Amino acid sequence: MIAEAGHYALVLALGLALIQSVVPVIGARRGDVALMEMARSTALAQLLFVGASFTLLTTLHVMSDFSVVNVFENSHSAKPLIYKITGVWGNHEGSMLLWVSILALFGALVAAFGNNLPASLRAHVLAVQAWVAGAFYLFILLTSNPFARIAQPPIEGRDLNPILQDIGLAVHPPMLYLGYVGFSISFSFAVAALIEGRIDAAWARWVRPWTLVAWIFLTLGIAMGSYWAYYELGWGGWWFWDPVENASLMPWLAGTALLHSALVMEKRNALKVWTILLSILTFSLSLLGTFLVRSGVLTSVHAFATDPARGVFILLILCVFIGGSLSLFALRAPHLKQGGLFAPISREGALVLNNLFLTTACATVFVGTLYPLGLEVLTSDKISVGAPFFNLTFAPLFVPLLVAVPFGPLLPWKRGDLLAAAQRLTVAGIAALLAIAVLLAWMRGGPVLAPLAIGLAVWVIAGALTDFAERTGLFRIPPSVSLRRARGLPRAAWGTMFAHAGLGVALIGIVCETTWNSEYIATMKPEQVARVAGYELKLQGLTQRQGPNYRETLAQFAVSLDGQPLPAMTPSKRSFATRGMSTTEAALLTRGASQLYVSLGDASADGGIAVRIYHKPLVLLIWWGPVLMAFGGMLSLSDRRLRVGAPKPARAIRKLQAAE
Amino acid sequence: MKRAATILALAAAIAFGSPAYAVQPDEILADPIKEARARELSKELRCMVCQNQSIDDSDAPLARDLRLLVRERISAGDTDSQVLDFLVARYGEFVLLKPRFNPHTVLLWLLPPLALMGGGIALWVYSNRRRRAGVSDDESVLKLSPEEVARLEELLASDPSVSSREPHP
Repeated sequence: MIAEAGHYALVLALGLALIQSVVPVIGARRGDVALMEMARSTALAQLLFVGASFTLLTTLHVMSDFSVVNVFENSHSAKPLIYKITGVWGNHEGSMLLWVSILALFGALVAAFGNNLPASLRAHVLAVQAWVAGAFYLFILLTSNPFARIAQPPIEGRDLNPILQDIGLAVHPPMLYLGYVGFSISFSFAVAALIEGRIDAAWARWVRPWTLVAWIFLTLGIAMGSYWAYYELGWGGWWFWDPVENASLMPWLAGTALLHSALVMEKRNALKVWTILLSILTFSLSLLGTFLVRSGVLTSVHAFATDPARGVFILLILCVFIGGSLSLFALRAPHLKQGGLFAPISREGALVLNNLFLTTACATVFVGTLYPLGLEVLTSDKISVGAPFFNLTFAPLFVPLLVAVPFGPLLPWKRGDLLAAAQRLTVAGIAALLAIAVLLAWMRGGPVLAPLAIGLAVWVIAGALTDFAERTGLFRIPPSVSLRRARGLPRAAWGTMFAHAGLGVALIGIVCETTWNSEYIATMKPEQVARVAGYELKLQGLTQRQGPNYRETLAQFAVSLDGQPLPAMTPSKRSFATRGMSTTEAALLTRGASQLYVSLGDASADGGIAVRIYHKPLVLLIWWGPVLMAFGGMLSLSDRRLRVGAPKPARAIRKLQAAE
Repeated sequence: MKRAATILALAAAIAFGSPAYAVQPDEILADPIKEARARELSKELRCMVCQNQSIDDSDAPLARDLRLLVRERISAGDTDSQVLDFLVARYGEFVLLKPRFNPHTVLLWLLPPLALMGGGIALWVYSNRRRRAGVSDDESVLKLSPEEVARLEELLASDPSVSSREPHP
């Protein structure tokens, strides 16, 4: 009954989406408020029904109801509860259900909090939202029904893929989807603006917080996924330029560009057409990512042959939405009025430069990801485009961008003075040069590129702090006055500082990890000692242990640095009987931002075990950077400017200010 | 889910081979310089049965065979490019993760710089045009051009009803 109820709830959600796609548009045509308002109730009801559907699927997983195909294929009665829950989206059908649930959540949020949006704009936004939702409900119901039953229910399930049985699965996909799907809001707003043929600064004020929310989640989601791969896959890699990774990087790059162009539009009413286009492109890239991953087209072109219905269906959705919105854009954009003018050297100019580089970087990833596919279809030539290509083409695009980052916030709107900005950045420049000189002197004859890259990172961080010091008058006026000024600083300014500094922090981590990584690969026997980067690791012994649904081999390492004992490390290797697969659980020892990383390989016949030990200097900065960026985004989101418009009782506002 | 899918693909790779590691202890060459060369080359070579993984990262048995082959060629005294040529002759261009520049990959290699240049030129042309069409000087936004002044005077002179149409308070 539960499965049927879940299925039925999904069908009802589709029905609601169909109503929501049509009625509000008619209402907006006729100026009928009642019809337009219908969008809000249907959006909220959609969330209710999809939420119910999702909850029911989760219940089925928790109950281990193996009469449902999805549960049978991805669950096991002995699996720990947390993985029974996360296993819901650890498969194709369930993850698509999560996708539409989040889409419904965002739709309902607009319906619930869009009180002071113009009625017709709200009606259009929700209608567009329902078009997307309707298409994906159809996709799930027609090709990937998670509630399908088995006639002869088996007694035990096939278990979830062991590599997915990790806390990462609880955090990473929901975060990523919140980001991906969050961009649907800016898409819906863009399409609604095109339909209405009207766009103003108020529109941008609405779109920016939504974009920011999506961007924060996407940033955290990508970073989380990267860290998960780093500790789970066993060789310490954290970014592989894999097509599925690129699929999430492209919307991030476009979304970051959108965030910055929406800023220009909000403040200066310029770059309107471009912002609309970026909104469309960002969500299109999210859809493309969904298509690439869900159709399996990138593993092989022949994935269509193995499951043609799914791939073709998503491709169809992709063509209709991307083609449709771009056609609408081509039709309507020329009629949108251009906004304020600005000189090339100005805050706007800097943000345009940011957009140029980010979109080019995005285009590079796009071409690199899809070129092999296109070439194979057209010429049946097979080529590979992998990490070496992207490192060579993508990285150089970020160098000029990073050089320019500190200038942006220091330039005034409309018309700026580059020389004055450069003068204010003198300290940052000196700091960067000093960092380069010290590093070059410290490791004479070592790699040259790495110190330069670190210098660039120092430049970005010091530049971000310069803007802050300038605004608060740090070191120029008494500290107490500075402190007061810092408190009065708009949260958005704080946000900019953290986000930009985060970029530099991540860069330091990336450079240190790739340049000064030390590794030790050998077969070790008990009592043998490995020496890596000054650390001594002594293998004390191997033990066996039985877990809930796996057996594991643990290796105990006693770790010491210069004779000082450190906490022991116990990497393990788990083998899961149901799937006949094994996973590696690396042991991590964190020292500051650096990590010692030990993972196990196969046991050899003579009682030894293959061991890989890495010392990764400052590796954690790679993920602290994005966390700082997301934190900056949250600060910016809490800016007064973005809260304005959300009606709040006066007392609540006063309380908030007191808390600041 | 993207990451999960990567992991799924990796898991598939693991599933049909014995669970093994990327570079394994028994593969490593005694000469550290040659080994370092082998590692660098491995990063540029694709494990053909995996999803976009280099043989340096992959656990698949084929990747191991290729790693051993690379080390064999290096030990036999091949230069880096000879090793790559050897592998391309055997397995085709597909084995290279960084495609070579040839008529088929022109677009791939040139698109990023062209996109940047094209974008830059478009911006430059656009901002020039807008500035010329709009304002060359801040004041001229408010000032009427001589043609506009003439036309305004003409309108005021020819249409006496303008003022009478205004509703009087």
